[in-house]
Amino acid sequence: MTQTPRELPLPGREQALLLLREMLRIRRFEEKAAEVYSAQKIRGFLHLYIGEEAVAVGLISQLRAEDAIISTYREHGHALARGVEMGAIMAEMYGKQEGCSRGRGGSMHLFDARTRFYGGNAIVAGGLPLAVGLALAAKMQGQEAVTVCFFGEGAVAEGEFHESMNLAAVWKLPVLFVCENNLYAMGTALDRSESQTDLTVKAASYNVPAERVDGMDVLAVADAAQRALASIRAGDGPVFLEMRTYRFRAHSMFDAQLYRDKEEIERWKKHGPILRFQGRLREAGLLDDRDLEALEAEISREVEAAVAFAEAGTFEPIETLTKDVYAGEER
Amino acid sequence: MTGTNQATTATATYREAIKEALVEALDRDPRVFLMGEDVGRYGGCYAVTKGLLDRYGEERLRDTPLSESAFVGAGIGAALGGMRPIVEVMTVNFSLLALDQIMNNAATLRHMSGGQFEIPLVIRMATGAGRQLAAQHSHSLEGWYAHIPGIKVLAPATVEDARGMLWPALLDPNPVLIFEHADLYNSEGPLPADPAAIDIVSAKVRRPGTTLSCFTYGGSLRKALAAAEALAAEGIDMEVVDLRSLRPLDMPTILASLRRTHRALIVDEGWRSGSLSAEIAARLAEEAFYELDAPIARVCSAEVPIPYAKHLEEAAIPQPESIAAAARGLVGGKHG
Repeated sequence: MTQTPRELPLPGREQALLLLREMLRIRRFEEKAAEVYSAQKIRGFLHLYIGEEAVAVGLISQLRAEDAIISTYREHGHALARGVEMGAIMAEMYGKQEGCSRGRGGSMHLFDARTRFYGGNAIVAGGLPLAVGLALAAKMQGQEAVTVCFFGEGAVAEGEFHESMNLAAVWKLPVLFVCENNLYAMGTALDRSESQTDLTVKAASYNVPAERVDGMDVLAVADAAQRALASIRAGDGPVFLEMRTYRFRAHSMFDAQLYRDKEEIERWKKHGPILRFQGRLREAGLLDDRDLEALEAEISREVEAAVAFAEAGTFEPIETLTKDVYAGEER
Repeated sequence: MTGTNQATTATATYREAIKEALVEALDRDPRVFLMGEDVGRYGGCYAVTKGLLDRYGEERLRDTPLSESAFVGAGIGAALGGMRPIVEVMTVNFSLLALDQIMNNAATLRHMSGGQFEIPLVIRMATGAGRQLAAQHSHSLEGWYAHIPGIKVLAPATVEDARGMLWPALLDPNPVLIFEHADLYNSEGPLPADPAAIDIVSAKVRRPGTTLSCFTYGGSLRKALAAAEALAAEGIDMEVVDLRSLRPLDMPTILASLRRTHRALIVDEGWRSGSLSAEIAARLAEEAFYELDAPIARVCSAEVPIPYAKHLEEAAIPQPESIAAAARGLVGGKHG
């Protein structure tokens, strides 16, 4: 596959505003999550996706209901873009039983059977074999569903990445591997940990078609996803997309960011996915201040409602602590 | 033996029994498939699946690359996606390459998702020593797996169980690990008259006795039974209980046996420290301390990597002689 062209044509106003809206939902939701984290309403790890929204939104905008998603511990964006209820996600982070995993998973382990969202996996590359298996099941049952597997570039150092790429390729399985390359595996830069930093070469070595995509451009992501999904649905086997992106926030709430300088962050922020897309929409006359205000107000209401839902939520009684360790066991 | 019996009881090897069980599963449910290293064209590293590729084709008899983590994880994913996979791992030592998938995914996803997802998966693997394969092919690590909430662990020790445990394991909505002791594949025994009567939850008294109870499983069962025969000649009547399910443990059956004999000997091919035998001993002490007429005794593997040389390997693992000796030590002067 070839390099993505620079500026793709804008979609119609409705679709364009939908993409913007979804990116803003993720951004505002996570800003609120960071705020309530500081207020100690959320504990544990909180890995923010801020800066990377174009990847989740562009990619997931191209999926069908029957497709499945496997994600990582930085998955709020994927879950929101997929249609997991915002209130259920916030409640999950509050540890409430109204959460999308009943409060058992927290920020890193959002699950939602309704949208075929098979979870945030907090073992780097641990989700890739699962994606291969979900795709195998779909293929063996004659279903058209594609399994999308998100992972960070840190995962390419794991054996499970290589094993899974190979297995999916050998069996020509309908998997879309989406590598979110935000340049740092926690604090370790790619060029300090990989002898080959061109990730598409790694995929190509397994005969998996690979493409590098500007992950800060929601249209480029959607375009690449559309082409990849068409190829996968045609039965041509897995595709690998490297999304070049950047996280604006720390790795987690415990990260002092000693490994990168502020200028680098500011440089990337200037090309932020929301800023950039808004700019294009304004230039094209598809968005004005009033549109944006209305959008922000609507999202703000949704975020506040999510917080209220989480606050009003209840804690699972300790009596059911061991429920669902095994099937059919109440405790 | 359970079920109504006809005129003759067919016998088979442990290997043939597993193959019959696989055939039954593949015939009964189109969602069932088998994958693993060399299960297809090679016919299985222990020749369990010989001929099955021709019968079921490459879709359902899947040869995998040597990627334990990927294909075990793929089994978990396929189970999530509505299939009923049977994943074969050559030996328990190799399963460590897939331990991430078994522990972090198979065992956790149901609970961590608040009960939204189910993993009806069976993983089969060989375990144990006895064939001079040295320290990377001979260990008994099923006790490690029995440590993990969220999975079930079975140890068929007889031809009957080798034949009958697979189907109920596939019907179970939880991930089930089946440990086949590698030294048993050539052993012969009666096939169950009614495989459907085989359960995967109970421990079974394989030899009733009155002097002491021996709790064991898998490859050590035959040795314990041999020890019991030798002891019988000395007037020591050892009951032998086959655990069958290592997780969950059938504590009512175990405790009932102890309450009959008041003496407990645990035989486990795993190492002693932090082992399944330790778990059983602790539970007996917790739940039936005042039933005990003697301290609990154990025969386990020596705390070494299993060595190659035959005499060293034999010395490293439980044997009828060491089991009998431990039993004698336990009963002291009291016989019968």
